[in-house]
Parts: sequence; structure tokens; C-alpha cells
Amino acid sequence: MHFLTSNAPFIAPQNSVQRMMFWVLIALLPGVITMIWQFGYGVLFNIIICLMTALAAEALMLHLRGRPILPFMSDLSAVVTALLLALALPTLAPWWIPFIGALIAIIIAKHLYGGLGYNPFNPAMVAFAVLMVSFPKSMTVWMLPQALQVDSVSFSDLISLVFQQQANPELIDAITAATPLDTMKTQLGLNQTIDEIRSASVFGSLAGTGWQWVSIAFLLGGCLLLAKKIISWHIPVGVLAGLFVISFIAYMSEPGLSPSPTFHLLSGGAMLGAFFIATDPVTAATTTKGRFIYGALIGVLTYIIRTWGGYPEGIAFAVILINMTVPLIDHYTQPRVYGHK
Amino acid sequence: MKLWRFNGGLPSLAEHKNESTHLPIETAPVPSQLVYPLRQHIGNAATALVKVGDYVLRGQKIADAQGLISAPIHAASSGTVSHIADHLIPHPSGFSAPSISITTDGLDKELPPSGQPDFRQLSAADLVSLIREAGIVGLGGAAFPTAIKLDNQSKSRRIDTLILNGAECEPYISCDDRLLKERADKVIEGVNVLLHLLGAKRAILAIEDNVPSTFKAIQTAVNQNNNPAISAAQIPTIYPTGGEKQLIQTLTGKEVPSGGIPADIGIVSINVGTVYAVQQAVIEGKPLTSRIITVTGEGVTTPRNLEVRIGTPISTLIDVCNGYTQDADRLIMGGPMMGFALMNDQIPVVKASNCILVASKHEAVTEKQAMPCIRCGLCASACPVSLLPQQLYWFSRSEQLEKAEKINLLDCIECGCCDVVCPSHIPLVQHFRYAKSALKVQHHEKHLSNVARERFEAREARLAQEKADRAEKSRAKKAALKEKPAKETIDAAISRAKAKKQNPSEGEG
Ligand code: SF4
Ligand code: SF4
Repeated sequence: MHFLTSNAPFIAPQNSVQRMMFWVLIALLPGVITMIWQFGYGVLFNIIICLMTALAAEALMLHLRGRPILPFMSDLSAVVTALLLALALPTLAPWWIPFIGALIAIIIAKHLYGGLGYNPFNPAMVAFAVLMVSFPKSMTVWMLPQALQVDSVSFSDLISLVFQQQANPELIDAITAATPLDTMKTQLGLNQTIDEIRSASVFGSLAGTGWQWVSIAFLLGGCLLLAKKIISWHIPVGVLAGLFVISFIAYMSEPGLSPSPTFHLLSGGAMLGAFFIATDPVTAATTTKGRFIYGALIGVLTYIIRTWGGYPEGIAFAVILINMTVPLIDHYTQPRVYGHK
Repeated sequence: MKLWRFNGGLPSLAEHKNESTHLPIETAPVPSQLVYPLRQHIGNAATALVKVGDYVLRGQKIADAQGLISAPIHAASSGTVSHIADHLIPHPSGFSAPSISITTDGLDKELPPSGQPDFRQLSAADLVSLIREAGIVGLGGAAFPTAIKLDNQSKSRRIDTLILNGAECEPYISCDDRLLKERADKVIEGVNVLLHLLGAKRAILAIEDNVPSTFKAIQTAVNQNNNPAISAAQIPTIYPTGGEKQLIQTLTGKEVPSGGIPADIGIVSINVGTVYAVQQAVIEGKPLTSRIITVTGEGVTTPRNLEVRIGTPISTLIDVCNGYTQDADRLIMGGPMMGFALMNDQIPVVKASNCILVASKHEAVTEKQAMPCIRCGLCASACPVSLLPQQLYWFSRSEQLEKAEKINLLDCIECGCCDVVCPSHIPLVQHFRYAKSALKVQHHEKHLSNVARERFEAREARLAQEKADRAEKSRAKKAALKEKPAKETIDAAISRAKAKKQNPSEGEG
């Protein structure tokens, strides 16, 4: 009897890019739901616009680059990029913010660098950074968390806000607020003490009102990823440890002038960044030791940007900057091979 | 007993052992044809001792070792040599190679065996040559001539630990398990022979912890034997813990130096099937003519372990297992991680064949749609050697072989762990095998070109020397010539002058 031949190993692969991306999406769900609950349907608009734009851009770019569209689209990587970007954007951003962001992420940051696996910078964060630098005003329209809203916002108000921004400036003023990180930064700049600042309503029991629950939801999702072995602990623990240690030192040395580590960990994008953004395998360090270092550097740099930089939130810039050091980190953290000294 | 953990590996690989372990070992019948490829071990091919038409007996040597690293081959039944020609051999590329074919006569007449139950009377050198003459090679799959491993002459230091490898980490394979279940006492006798031969302080027989009943059988045999130097160990079931280097690390915490052998750290490790063959050869006087083979997979009707005469075509084994099922899709020699697919079942089993896996479509993936590497590092976490497969892949794919070598491509044991965990379904091992062989070719070429360069330089030097010599000679000659004419002319002139003086009229004449 005759048989066809092929090469070992013959064991079916136990994992796929699609499966990993799928679990990332699942793990993002608690955070997404909490964000919608806290910040309203604006989150949903961001997600929908980012998704549709990203998928269209992905298909277009795959087509232009002569890649098979279906297998590559079904890896879900564009969906993850779109979702991460959407979650990082302010909740009342005008529609063209997620639209332009998704185009930048997919076309420039991903495909012009060679597509999945070849991009040195995290696409969602590149898009976020470009938007932040180019449209600083539109990148700050965060809706007040649900607990602090005085007037309720109707769905039609929301639509008119997102699609015709100029329509109702008073409404915007009434329902948006600076983020806790933003407030902290501005007020510290005005020589207020932490206690004075934290008495403001944007601060909740742990950190920022509303934000703290979102952070905890992302933390839960992150734990799911760890449990499912989609990510290893090295990067998230590195990021959080880096951020914690440096903010703890500052907090201990000048308690009146430095926000607590808890505030740093739970107020902004630290959890989303640590578990979902810094862990993007394509742009992270690849060795085990290197990953911890990579994470820790992001944590520390985030603190530095938040404290001394020009922007209240530093995750995106920190990730991009540390992305650049990856080849170096990888080079100096190669594991000792069996049988070598 | 303290155990160590090697990096990565696959702890949760589906084992598929039960399919073949519930039935006892059955002896396969004598086939009508036995085929012996002359090279079925690492090293030089054996040279045939018989010619077409010769009548041979079971146990008769039909081919002899050639050079140090080689092994003789013995007939597994009586019959007549029918061909000495190329025959399909078990090889991933479907090669044919010189082989001896014997048409059996069904009488199975045997050379009278002459065992040495009193092996302790024999010197190490005698035992080594006995084992060498019996044609024993590593039966775990490597097929390295065992006598060389055992020969103290070739060692840089004393051996203190003998490791008996009973860890069958590859899925499906269970031949060592059945052997230990049924013949543990003989294996332990073999261990005693090896301990005596090596003068080692201790012997550890290691099996995986997924076969507790086998462990009991071994314990009983060890206790009955009552040699305190021998112990049995259960180790965690993690592929590839049965790899020599991984097993040594697990049991001793030591690592075999890169490019070295276990003997460099005072260890010899031998597969339990090989130990059994040693016992058979030394104590019962039977050369290696048969081995236990697992025939399994959804493609055969009754998976089980068979005692098979080496040289038997695979089709005979399938018949003993009641034939193929409808699902038979691939014929794999060895396990699903490191085995290779064969083109047909007329290929004979050789000394290294431990398993015939007839896989169904869903048991053996054959086409994987590879996606770009996403640098997830899962491959590196799974590599038992702590390599960075993703970087190796990058360099092998772009043919940057020196760079791949620099990050230790040659330390890759081709276990396939990285391949199985890769979410992008990249056939990593295939790239590494290719790169390794390309690198070997390169080294060989470099070696050749070095040799050629040395030869060329030597020739150039010789030619230059010759030229210099010639120049020197001709210069000397010229000098001599110059001198000679001068002297001659002067002499001539003088004699002419003299003559003139004596005979003045001549000058004017
Ligand atoms: S497992 Fe595959 S995708 Fe992941 S780093 Fe290794 S080669 Fe790349
Ligand atoms: S095949 Fe080579 S690189 Fe891959 S896991 Fe095994 S030893 Fe490591």
C-alpha cells in the first residue's frame, strides 16, 4: 500500500493567532462593559467606528499587498487593534477621531511596516499618539462618569455630539470633564496639595471616580489572559511593578505632592496598558527576562511622562518609546542555552 | 530522589499509549523475505559477508562492521541470500540503499547460542567486543553503536552514573513500557552486566510517572535482584524528557556540554531496550536479530506491541495487527513528534525502528497554513534547550546560516516542541533541519576548501621551492659556466701564448 509523506511533527498545532486574539477580545469584554456603564454609549460609537474603518482598511491593504484576504482577516488582529484604540479614545470624541485613528493604525503603523508580525510599534498606540499630538482639543472630551452626571444625556444628544460637534457647546461643557490624571496634573501645576486635589469629585475612594471600576475590570480581564496562558506574567507585572515602585518612592518622599501608587495604577490606562497593550507580542521583547525589563521600563516611563511630561497620560508614549529599545533588550537578555556556560 | 526540571517541553501532550499497551507482546511470524540495509546505524555501512545463493542460519553474521563506528548485521531466520542490491530503506526521502535480502525457508534454524551467564569473569574489553559482535546499537531510535558508548578506552573520565532510559516521552510509543512490564528481570540482569563493564557506582532506571504499574514491575525486579547500586526513578511526564540530554538534566541536574557527550560528565545513558539486547547477547549468547515494535494508530485494526525480526517488511506487521482500517492515511516510522512518513509498507524495519504509527487524517496534520511570526515567544518558552526558535527561524529563512549558528542552531535537538506550540503554524523544525544540513554542507565545503587551500598552498610552496632551487642551480651553473669559460679562455690564451713562444712562426703563419 502506498502513502503520502509529509514532515514531523505530525501533532496538530494546539494554538493559533486567531485563538489568541479571540481570547484577548473576550478578556476585554468586562472592561468594555464597565466603560459603557460608566461613560455611556460614546464608547460604543468609538468601537463601531474604529472596527468598521479598521476592517475596511485591513482588507484594502491586504488586497493592495497581494495577500490572501480571508486567512489574514480571520486572524482577528485588526479587530483587536481597533478595539484597543477605541478604548483609549475619549468617550465623546467626534466621529473623525476614531476614523482617522483606525486608518493610521492599520495603514501606516501596521501595513506600511510590513503587516502583522513586522510592525515595530504598537499600531493602536501610534494612532493614539498621532491623534493626541495633532488634535489635542478633541482628545480630551471625556464624558463625566455616570455617578457625576447631573443632567442625563439623551441618545439623540449623544449622536449630535459625536457627529456634529459644534452643535451644542454648552452641553459639552456640562457633561464632559478633565480626566482624573489630567486634573491631578493641572492642579499640581497650580501648587495644590494632593489632599486638596483629591477632595474634588472626579476622585473616588480608590482613584478616579468611574475610572477605578474600569481599571479593575481590565485587571480581571488580564487575569483571564494569564489563566488562559495567552500572555505570560512578565510584561504586565513588569509594567505595574515599575509604575508602583517609582510612584511609591515619590509618594513616600513627598506624600503631599505625589499621588499614591494606587492612584497611578487605577486612574488612567495603566491596567489596559499593562495587560492588553504592552503585551502585544509583535512589538514587545521576546525573551522572558527581556519582557520583564520591557514592562518595567514602560511602567517607569509612564510615571515620568505623567509627572514631568507634557501629557497627563503616558502609557501610549511610553509603549512607543520602549518599543524602540526592544532589539537591544532582546539582544542582551538571551537565555543560556543547554550545555553552554 | 531529587529531580530537576528542564526548560519548557510539552507537559500536556496527549499520550495515546493505552491503544497499544493493553495487549501482551506477540511474536510476529517469519516473513518470506528479510531485507537488511547495510547501513542501519550511525557510522559506516557494514560490508556483506555473504553472496547471493549462500545459505544462512538465524544468528549468523551476514555483514561485518567496517571501521570503528559501525555495527555488524545478523540474519534473523534461516534461508538463502537472494539479492544483494539496492532496496527501499526507511528514510524520510524515500531512498534506496544497498541491502541484503534473504528468502527464508520457514525452518528458522539457528546457530547454537553460546551465552556467558558468568559475565563477571569477563574483562570489560571482552564484554565490549561481545556487545560489538552482537551488532547492538541504540534501540531508542538513535542507532549509535552501543559498544562505543561503553568502551572506557574512548572516555575522557571515569563513568560514575549509568542511566537506563525507559522514558518513552513520544506519544503512541509503548515498546519499552511493554518490555519493562513483561521482562523487567532480564533488563535488570542487563543492567548488572553494564555496571560490571563500566565500573559505575550507580545505575538509575528512569520511567515516566504515567505508567505506575510498570514502575511496580521494575521495583519488584530491582528488589529481587538485590544490587544496591541499582535504583528506579519515576520522572514527570513531560515531552521530551526521554531525550538523552533532558533525562540527564532531570535526574542529575547536570548538562551535557554543548558538542560533548554524556561521558564528559561521567554519565552513560542507554535505552532499556538496548539493555535487554545486551542481556540477550551476553548472557544468552544471542546477537541482535529482533526487537519490540509498537504498531499503533487509528489506521490499524488491533494496535499492539510485537516482537519483530529485524528485516521484516512493515506489511507483515500490519497483517499481524489485523490489517489497515479505512482511516489509514499516513505511515509513520517513529512517533508523531520526531518520526518520519514512509511511502510504502514494503520497507523493512531496521534496528532503530521503535514504532509504526498508521495515522488517520486527524491524527496526523499534514498541511499547515503558515502565518507570519507574531514574535509571541511561545516557541522559546517551549524549547527544552532554551534556544530562541523565532530568531533561528528568522536567520534560517533568510539563509543567514552563520548567524543561526552563532545563536546555537546546532544545539537544536529537533524535538518539535516549538513547532507544535507556534500559533502561526510555522513549520519551524523543517526550517531548522534544512538549515542544519545546509550548515553541515557548508562546514564540509569549508573543510574541503581548507584542505584544498592547504594542498594548493603546499603545492605553491613546493613549486616556489623548486623554482628557487632551480634558480639556485642554474645560477650556480651559470656561475660555473662563467667561471669555466673564463678559466678556459685564460688557460687557452696562456697555452696559446706558450705555444706561440715555443712556436713563433705559427702566429704569423
Ligand atoms: S511561536 Fe511561532 S509565532 Fe510565536 S514567536 Fe515562535 S515562531 Fe513566532
Ligand atoms: S526543535 Fe529545536 S528549537 Fe524547536 S523546541 Fe526543539 S530543540 Fe528547541
